Parts: sequence; structure tokens; C-alpha cells
Amino acid sequence: MKGFRNKKKAIPTKYILLTLTIVCVSAILLSLTLNITGGPLNSVAGYIFVPMQRGINNLGQNISAKANDFRTLGEVLAENEKLKQQNDELMTQLNTIMLEGYELENYRELFELDEKYPSYEKVAANVIAKDSGNWFHTFTIDRGTDNGLKVGMNVIAGSGLVGIITDVGPNYAKVRSIIDDSSNVSAMVTTTQDNFNVSGDLEALSSDGVITFSELRDTENKVSVGDPVVTSYVSDQYQQGILIGYIASIEPNANNLTKSGTITPVVDFEHIQEVLVILDIKNTGKNNDN
Amino acid sequence: MRRKIVLFLIIVLCFLLQSTFFQTFSFAGISPNLLVIVVSSFGFMRGRKEGMFVGFFCGLLVDIFFGFYLGIYALIYMYIGYVNGIFQKRFYPDDIKLPMVLIGASDLTFNLLIYLMMFLLRGRFQFWFYLKTIILPEFIYTMVITIFLYYLLLKINQGLETVEKRRATKFDL
Repeated sequence: MKGFRNKKKAIPTKYILLTLTIVCVSAILLSLTLNITGGPLNSVAGYIFVPMQRGINNLGQNISAKANDFRTLGEVLAENEKLKQQNDELMTQLNTIMLEGYELENYRELFELDEKYPSYEKVAANVIAKDSGNWFHTFTIDRGTDNGLKVGMNVIAGSGLVGIITDVGPNYAKVRSIIDDSSNVSAMVTTTQDNFNVSGDLEALSSDGVITFSELRDTENKVSVGDPVVTSYVSDQYQQGILIGYIASIEPNANNLTKSGTITPVVDFEHIQEVLVILDIKNTGKNNDN
Repeated sequence: MRRKIVLFLIIVLCFLLQSTFFQTFSFAGISPNLLVIVVSSFGFMRGRKEGMFVGFFCGLLVDIFFGFYLGIYALIYMYIGYVNGIFQKRFYPDDIKLPMVLIGASDLTFNLLIYLMMFLLRGRFQFWFYLKTIILPEFIYTMVITIFLYYLLLKINQGLETVEKRRATKFDL
């Protein structure tokens, strides 16, 4: 009875496998050479899956919110007491910081730094899904071409750099974070304005939670641990002046000309939920092809 | 048709769980690979053809949403499904040993291939490190999930097969 049904389309499985293999390989080659991604597949998949992913995420958030409702009054009172104390501490801290802020403003004026941190136009988005494997650190957000997103736009969270959009569908976008093993960012350390290269490294990330940098020319040994690192003006993918993180360790290379080390990113990638997408794409003078 | 719809739902559900739920409930940043369980199970339960198609579809989904280059995951998952399908002759529903071995081997192979294609080729040579921190933890987590998910998939497949058999005999009369 089974044979009867299969008789009509009795193409041997081997040939189907061969055909699909050829399809896959040519798709890989196409996306390698021409930078073509899904296209219509993106739209179809986007319309089917994004609403569901969003739903599951909302559900998860609701559950964790509900779980919070069950906390007892005692706990809340104790917490309130603690928060009051913390509030006092923070108020004093805030005052000092505000004073420092005025000072900073003055310095900025002195250095004419205004131009360096233009206020970019941004769009808020939610993280709806993370890479299904354990090798890479890409995730999808719930905004796409419908909201004006394009490939190459920078993604930030809080004040730190999260990553860059590598692919976009009508209602979702794929973001490669800076901790991804294949990520590369031209960066600059603010203390000496030296340019160097920041790259994600799975090994450094899973052992210490850091990303690596290399090619730092620091002949006068001025760069030290704790210095802030921002995106560089020479980067052709990232807007300049976005905070990446702080230098965590630093060591000279074998050639004694350059240094390499690690950076602690400012963004908490493990618990990232909401991000901002900068709608301006870095203008490099040529076409925006990544 | 009924089988196709059920398969589609299983794949979609596992893909969604893997990319949302299990990312939040990951141990030390490691999440299990549900899709490999699905692909491998349908491979040895139903044969090369179905394993191949389930694999191709799962891979395509991962490719679209998280892939580097379109087609690379589709290719890997498809071959995993196909190769598992070869073992259909040795598969008996009561025996848990073969499914565990096959699913485990599939997960290891999958990660080894990813390492070879996307890490070794970019000059990441610390294989032992990746084996210790990524491949083995994922293997263990996946095996734990397999115990539950495999029985679920087995029951679903058996349900589908009885319905199909009933229908087939009806048509024969």
C-alpha cells in the first residue's frame, strides 16, 4: 500500500539529496560572493516567526512579572528600607557627579568636542531571539525595513555599543554583536586617541567575559587598565565615539611595537532586552556596501 | 498532509523554544540543541528521505535568522538527517540505546563541523578549549533534554503512524 503511493514520484532519495546539496552550496557561494541573503525567504520567515517569537518573549516577561507579585510584604518593606538608604547615598553621589558634569561641559567646550557626539536619530527595538547555537552571538530584533532599518546600522544599548545589523527582513533584523567571534571594530582609546582593532573572541569571552584588542601602538606606555575605549573615526562601519568598554588587561606583543589585551564591554550581553538602533549609516564617501 | 503539518509544528516549536526559552535558561551560556534531536529522531524513525527534508527545513530556518551564509546550516542538518535515516533498519521503538547514541553522535558531529568550517578556517586552532567549553557542555545538556523530547517525538510519530495505517487500510478495501 505504501509502494502504490510512492510510485508516482519515485525519485530516489539520493538524487533529491544531491539536488538539495547543489542548491545549498550554490546559495552559500552566492551569499559569499554577492552578499545576497534570503530575500523573499526573509519576508516569509519574518511574517511567520517574528510574531511568535515576540509572543513567547512577552509571555516570558509576563511570567517573571507575575512571579514578582508573589513576594511578601515583609520582603518589600525590608527592600524599601534598603532602597531609602541607597537613595540617600545616591543623592550625595549625584551631587558630586553633577558638579563634575559642569566641569566636563566646560572641558568639552574647551576641546570643541560638541561635534564629536552628535545626537543620532534612534529607534528602539526589542531583542526577540538569540542565536540557536553556542558558537556565535547574533540575535534578532523586532524592527525591520518597515521601520527604516538597513544593513550596516549600529545598535547600542544604554550608552554602549552592541553590534551592527547584518541582515534585515520586513519586520526583523539580524544583529551581530561585538562579542561575536567574527566581529571586528576599529576602536580608539580615549586617553591617547590611538587607533586599534577590537575583535570578539569566543575563547576570551567564555573564560573571562571579555573581548580582545590588538595592534595598539602605545610607544609611550600611556594607556592603562581602565581606560575607556570608543569606536574610532576611521571605522567604516561604526559611528565614531560610541563607548565599547574599558581596558581590562594589556600586554606588549612579541614584536615590541604593538600591544594587545582585553576589554570589558559595558553592555551586559547576557541580559540584553532592549536596544536602540542608530538610523544614520556611517558615511564613508563611497557606497554603503558594508 | 497531516504528517507534514505536525512536522512543521514540531520544527517551529523547537526552533522557537531553542532561540527564546532555552537562551534564557542556558547553563553557563550553553543551550541545548533541540533541532538536532528532532532531525536525528525523524531520521532514524522514518528513514533517509524524511530525515533529509526535516533537516533541510530546520537548517534553513536557522540560516535565515542566525546564519552566516544562507545554506550552511541547511546543508549540515540535511546530511545529519540523511545519515541518521540509514539506521532506520536497526531502529526499534523500545530500545533507547540506539537513539541516544545516534542523537549524541549527531550533536557532536554538528558542532565539530561548525568548528571546522567556521572556526578552524579562520585560524582558531585551540580545539581542546572549544571541545571543553562548547562542544561537550552542549552535548551533555542536549542528552538530558533528549530523554524527554525523544519520548515525546516517539509518541507523536507512533500516533501519526497508526492514523496513517488506519487510513491506508480503509483505502485498500
